[in-house]
Amino acid sequence: MKDLIAIAAFVALVAALLAGADSGVVLNFVTMALYATLLAQAWNLLGGYGGQFSFGHALFFGTGAYAQAIAQLQTGLPAWVALPLAVLAAAVVALFVGALTFRYGLKGSYFALVTLAFAEVFRIVALQLPITGAGVGLMLPLQESLAALQFGSPRGYGWMALALVALALLTTSWLRHSRFGARLQAVRDNEDAARALGIDPFATKLAACVLSGTFMGAAGAFYVQMFHYIDPAIAFGPTTSVEALLGAIVGGMGTLWGPVLGALALHALSDLTRNLFGDLPGLNMVIYGLVLVLIVTFMPRGIAGIGQSVRQRWQGGGRG
Amino acid sequence: MAEALLELRGVAIAFGGLRAVDDVSLAVAPGSLSALIGPNGAGKTTLFAIASGFLRPDRGTVRFEGRDITGRPPHLNARAGMTRTFQIVQPFAGQTVRDNIAVGAHLHLAARRAALAEAERVAARVGLDTQLDKPAADLTVAGRKRLELARALATAPKLLLLDEVLAGLNPQEIAEMLPVVRGIVAGGVTVLMIEHVMQAVMNLAEQVWVLSQGRLIAQGTPAEVTRDEAVVEAYLGHGTARRLLQEAVP
Repeated sequence: MKDLIAIAAFVALVAALLAGADSGVVLNFVTMALYATLLAQAWNLLGGYGGQFSFGHALFFGTGAYAQAIAQLQTGLPAWVALPLAVLAAAVVALFVGALTFRYGLKGSYFALVTLAFAEVFRIVALQLPITGAGVGLMLPLQESLAALQFGSPRGYGWMALALVALALLTTSWLRHSRFGARLQAVRDNEDAARALGIDPFATKLAACVLSGTFMGAAGAFYVQMFHYIDPAIAFGPTTSVEALLGAIVGGMGTLWGPVLGALALHALSDLTRNLFGDLPGLNMVIYGLVLVLIVTFMPRGIAGIGQSVRQRWQGGGRG
Repeated sequence: MAEALLELRGVAIAFGGLRAVDDVSLAVAPGSLSALIGPNGAGKTTLFAIASGFLRPDRGTVRFEGRDITGRPPHLNARAGMTRTFQIVQPFAGQTVRDNIAVGAHLHLAARRAALAEAERVAARVGLDTQLDKPAADLTVAGRKRLELARALATAPKLLLLDEVLAGLNPQEIAEMLPVVRGIVAGGVTVLMIEHVMQAVMNLAEQVWVLSQGRLIAQGTPAEVTRDEAVVEAYLGHGTARRLLQEAVP
């Protein structure tokens, strides 16, 4: 219940910001921060609550993005019909990859490597196939209307991103207060103990993977609608994978608000460094990286767990 | 005797050249409280792992309620009513005591509210009701043992396999745990326990099996097995039984 009130307050706040802001810079910032939140929250479902650290979440993102574009370009379906298809395609890929990796008990860095490898395979395949536009990529024709899910101003995309983020937050909140969520966290914390208590780790992790992939797919579809363009590097390259996992890790894995805070902080940081040091190409990435190292070193629970980390450091310091 | 709840027939497993469990047969009667004892490394925990499905035996069969369940995965065994605990306690460390126990309760209760309420009831049964909101990682050893027991109990098992729930506890804590275990059996749950604390075994168990180097060397009531020469030698070394006898009769 507390979660729901907080989510409602968050949505109201962002909605007020979207409705009230006139500046394109602000609207753009809010929209892209929401998009980053969606990525982080999607990753959080599997990585944070399930303890399965994927390094290739772009796999599901890219699948959703290409499905959204192909459904419209090749089969002429309207964007609204393409959207559920894109989400479904991402879910199917998540089901396939999850089944394959969890069946063989891949965990930890092995799971991370396999997901990364799958994303790379998809990227290379997308570079070759005519249906994905090969190296040229796919471009959606400009067609500004609600029916085509294309908007003239960033505000429209802001609403769309907010709706998706709200859905992701509600799903996460459900996860925290449901049997499935309890089982998922049990598997994350101790798989053997979970098995002894009647939990099937394979089915549990697989379901989380599909859920997580579904939201990544939605993020991919959103990306295509907003930028009207997708190519193999954007779709399956590591950038999106890293953005998703960093947002969740920096913000606080396995929490409801961590990914929101993490995505916002990272997005603000990257905008700031780009603006301040734009004339020194590369320097912004150095500062970005440095801040990340500091956060991961000194705030292992992320921004959401900052109070706990400080308390522990304080007590630890007292003991010497 | 009524049909056994759990029955092992000629179970054997080897790890490389080590015969961890070698041709063990035993039958646990429904409603009973029995114990599996033996020196360190005798294969007791391995036998538990085989019974509960964590390991598949090389030979032999495991039957539960008359059905062959050899090699059936542990989560299916738990659903059928056989739950084990772990000697090295395995709490879900980041979660509270209440959440930990609720995971067990969720086996038969889908609703979160019902599982949390059941967790409170089970916590009261094992004496954890004052620590429900503590993170599991903050519990003492005795507290963690109780939590291990509570979580298993929350799955409403027919058969509970307890792996050294008393190890590492002080005499006071052991004295507190004995009525808890007895209460579980009185509540209709069959219990098979691995235990090193002989005071507890003598106090609780109706039937005892003694395992040494993977083999069953004795069985009977606690009084019978502690008089058994082979058992004394397994614990204290070859020739001890005769020496003790000589010292007792000057």
